[in-house]
Amino acid sequence: MTWETVIGLEVHAELSTKSKIFCGCTTAFGGEPNTHVCPVCSGMPGVLPRLNRAVVEYAVRLGLALGCEITRYCKFDRKNYFYPDLPKAYQVSQLYSPICRDGRLDIEAGGQAKTVGIREIHMEEDAGKLIHDAQGTFMDFNRCGVPLLEIVSQPDFRSVGEVTAYLEKLREILLYLGVCDCKMQEGSLRADVNLSVRRPDGEFGVRTEMKNLNSFKAVGRAIEFERLRQIKVLESGGRITQETRRWDDEAGESFGMRSKENAQDYRYFPEPDLLPLRIGEDWLEQIRETIPELAHQKRERYVRDFGLSGFEATVLTGHKSLSDLFEAVSERCGYPLEAARLITGEIMRLMNVTNTLPEDLALDAGKLSALVSLMMEGKINRNAYKETAEAVFMSGADPEAYISEKGLLMVNDSDAVSEAAGAVIAANPDAAADYRAGKTKAFGFLMGQVMRKLGGTANPDAVKKILKNMLDN
Amino acid sequence: MLNMSALKLSDAVRAKKLGVAEAVRAYLDKAAGNGHNAFLTVDGERALARAGAVQARLDAGELLSPLAGVPIALKDNITTAGVRTTCASKMLGGYVPVYNATVVEKLERAGLVVMGKLNMDEFAMGGSSETGAFGPVRNPWDVSRVAGGSSGGSAAAVAGGEIPIALGSDTGGSIRQPCSFCGVTGIKPTYGSVSRYGLIAYASSLDQIGPVGQSVEDCAALLSVISGPDEKDSTCVTGKAFDFGRDIPEKLDGFVIGLPRNYFGGGIDGAVRQAVLAAAEELEDAGGRVEEFEMPLMDYVIPAYYIIACAEASSNLSRYDGLKYGYRSASANTLSEVYRLSRSEGFGLEVKRRIMLGSFVLSSGYYDAYYKKALQTRALIKDAYDGLFKRFDMILSPVAPTTAYRLNENVDDPMKMYMGDIYTVSVNLAGLPAVSLPCGFDGKGLPVGFQLIGEAFSEKKLAAAAMAYQRRTDWHTKRPAGGEAV
Repeated sequence: MTWETVIGLEVHAELSTKSKIFCGCTTAFGGEPNTHVCPVCSGMPGVLPRLNRAVVEYAVRLGLALGCEITRYCKFDRKNYFYPDLPKAYQVSQLYSPICRDGRLDIEAGGQAKTVGIREIHMEEDAGKLIHDAQGTFMDFNRCGVPLLEIVSQPDFRSVGEVTAYLEKLREILLYLGVCDCKMQEGSLRADVNLSVRRPDGEFGVRTEMKNLNSFKAVGRAIEFERLRQIKVLESGGRITQETRRWDDEAGESFGMRSKENAQDYRYFPEPDLLPLRIGEDWLEQIRETIPELAHQKRERYVRDFGLSGFEATVLTGHKSLSDLFEAVSERCGYPLEAARLITGEIMRLMNVTNTLPEDLALDAGKLSALVSLMMEGKINRNAYKETAEAVFMSGADPEAYISEKGLLMVNDSDAVSEAAGAVIAANPDAAADYRAGKTKAFGFLMGQVMRKLGGTANPDAVKKILKNMLDN
Repeated sequence: MLNMSALKLSDAVRAKKLGVAEAVRAYLDKAAGNGHNAFLTVDGERALARAGAVQARLDAGELLSPLAGVPIALKDNITTAGVRTTCASKMLGGYVPVYNATVVEKLERAGLVVMGKLNMDEFAMGGSSETGAFGPVRNPWDVSRVAGGSSGGSAAAVAGGEIPIALGSDTGGSIRQPCSFCGVTGIKPTYGSVSRYGLIAYASSLDQIGPVGQSVEDCAALLSVISGPDEKDSTCVTGKAFDFGRDIPEKLDGFVIGLPRNYFGGGIDGAVRQAVLAAAEELEDAGGRVEEFEMPLMDYVIPAYYIIACAEASSNLSRYDGLKYGYRSASANTLSEVYRLSRSEGFGLEVKRRIMLGSFVLSSGYYDAYYKKALQTRALIKDAYDGLFKRFDMILSPVAPTTAYRLNENVDDPMKMYMGDIYTVSVNLAGLPAVSLPCGFDGKGLPVGFQLIGEAFSEKKLAAAAMAYQRRTDWHTKRPAGGEAV
């Protein structure tokens, strides 16, 4: 008998607003412990929250991009629980009226198109961090009050492939909207997995929730582990308990943290320190206008307007920093096709070799566009182009300076080429004879000799023409 | 000097007839006795330094407020940077804030001199100023009796002549009732007219800071200083500060005053009923028209208030966990012991009672039955008031069913204590302004007060009626022995 896996996701995205959700402190990652804090975010007695409007705008932007209904009169609620990383002992969140509802995201997994429902998106504040060392446990409140969006999907996934496709698409959208920097290793994008298994077309099974998933890979592994665990329990006649489980990526397994019976009662109630939020038509329109072109729209435009292949367009829009680079380079040099080829070819190869992530790419678009122009205007040949691209990538070299320093400027001077060709023919009479006798292979050999003599910088078209002329006549 | 109203004192200071430091010193001397346990902290050094700074500004011709140079004391739930702020709780016994409440900043800009911090019920929970960790406040009219609460220190200090004017806070009557018990005047402002930033929260949707003073005039002047918008408090929605001016209307012609008939039935002391009804007649003589009506929902206001206030309190007071500031149990070894023991030892009985009540009404399975119902009741009370203010300019009512009772008389009977809030809590539930002012004495020589309740942001109208009343009567000028002058 077969089992179907049913998965829903809760994705937490830390917003890249400049300041925190309820105070003016910076949201910058890191910093000495407790240096990004003030009385408000450290929960001193008597303080009050003041809502950062940018958080609402970011939430609405994402909601609109995911086709959500925007709650026009929404409220915040308090989620009460004791934990040392939560200085007020409550988290301001949204339970009763989240800002966005009923959206969807179209994905493609295993060649199949699918629509995943978005149940809701709500705004909340992040908690701080505990630092454990030999002397004890310390509290760092720098992250307290950093704004979060929790994006809750419907239980629409049936496979790891679908989950991964969704997460990748969601990350792409968050990046393109400029809402989140999506650095999973810094915790700015986190996913919790709700999973159950059932017989095809049967009732939904009892689900478990998995936390502490710090990479897309961990999400995939945790799903596979939990799916098999649940099936094993059920097939041996057991029952699944509704519980929260913690994924241990090193051990490759998850452990039960707390069951539903021991679940905390968060005693949610409306946050009395914040007035209900009204989102009027004008504000909504203003936000709508700030939504930039998204990846799939860019893909279509690259193919339509620039004549890029579907593959190239997909690679370039796979990450915002790549499409930003592509657009900057092609706009400056005016050769979009060649700019696309350079980035999807040589630059991507160098990124692979050096293990550079797109978000860490620090390439000067001006230098790349100068390089493309030099090539397109016939000033350098393909070999010099590749070599210079590598120098730009590795050490930020200036292409023109590098080319002149290395003597890579293409030799177009026909006298120099004629002289070299004449010398090569004179030095290789056998090969010349072979060519003249119809053995065209000999031409390649002679051509290579001429190129070599000219130090590799000659324009191959010019060499070919002149050499052929001299041999034929 | 000590017998001067706050406004007169400032007049003298600004006319250079009196030095700011001189005024502050005189009150420091008087407060040093602290015979009513009204003060928890007197900060003489800082006050004299502030007095010097205010004097320098006055001498430089800087135009300060009509209360410039006046010493003031604050209920100890109002945050003062560098000065211990305890909420009369062991939990915050050693807590020194790093920032000032918005009202403190406003007082300083206006040239008032903060002289100290005043006793109260622990975290403002109580109606007798007996629940604090540092001893009860005593009523200056009879030191064997309570001063009322929770702003008992504010009312007793003003009644005892230890400070010319003070700030209190009112969540369910906490300014008005102690004013009534101590024979002084207080204003509970409209919710959202005075910033709560730096007021240590008891019940966020009900708390409001307000003045306690010797007359409506003084209180109105102080309300002009502390009211107005504050970007640090999203619920402070007032467009601008109140501006009362000093013109007092002679007549109340055209004022329609509602008198809730059912407030005067069983449960109210005869002397209180008599004094309050006499106040209504006085206002009628001043030109007002008094009309009786039946106040709806009277049986529901106490339960609704205690459910909402305690629910919010249970959340607001969770931050006192022994980890960051405040009391930490010395015998705690594990995290859960730090929480459990610090809170068990750091909070008093009444605070713990309200935290438990509040946690219960918010817990899953009970939310709908209690908290949600209470919110619905609150909405009905608001609607009822909206309707009443279509008929009346204001409502006149008793503040409390009794005069000041004996210390320890009600501490073991919380229900009786809670019923003492019957006339005051609905005003907070509806977010309305009210003025509490003295209107006589009972047979034991204890003060009786009444309140005028208005629609939201009608402080000016309320103050006008109250000023007219105080111009025609002298109840507010009566002081207990030792309270009038030194």
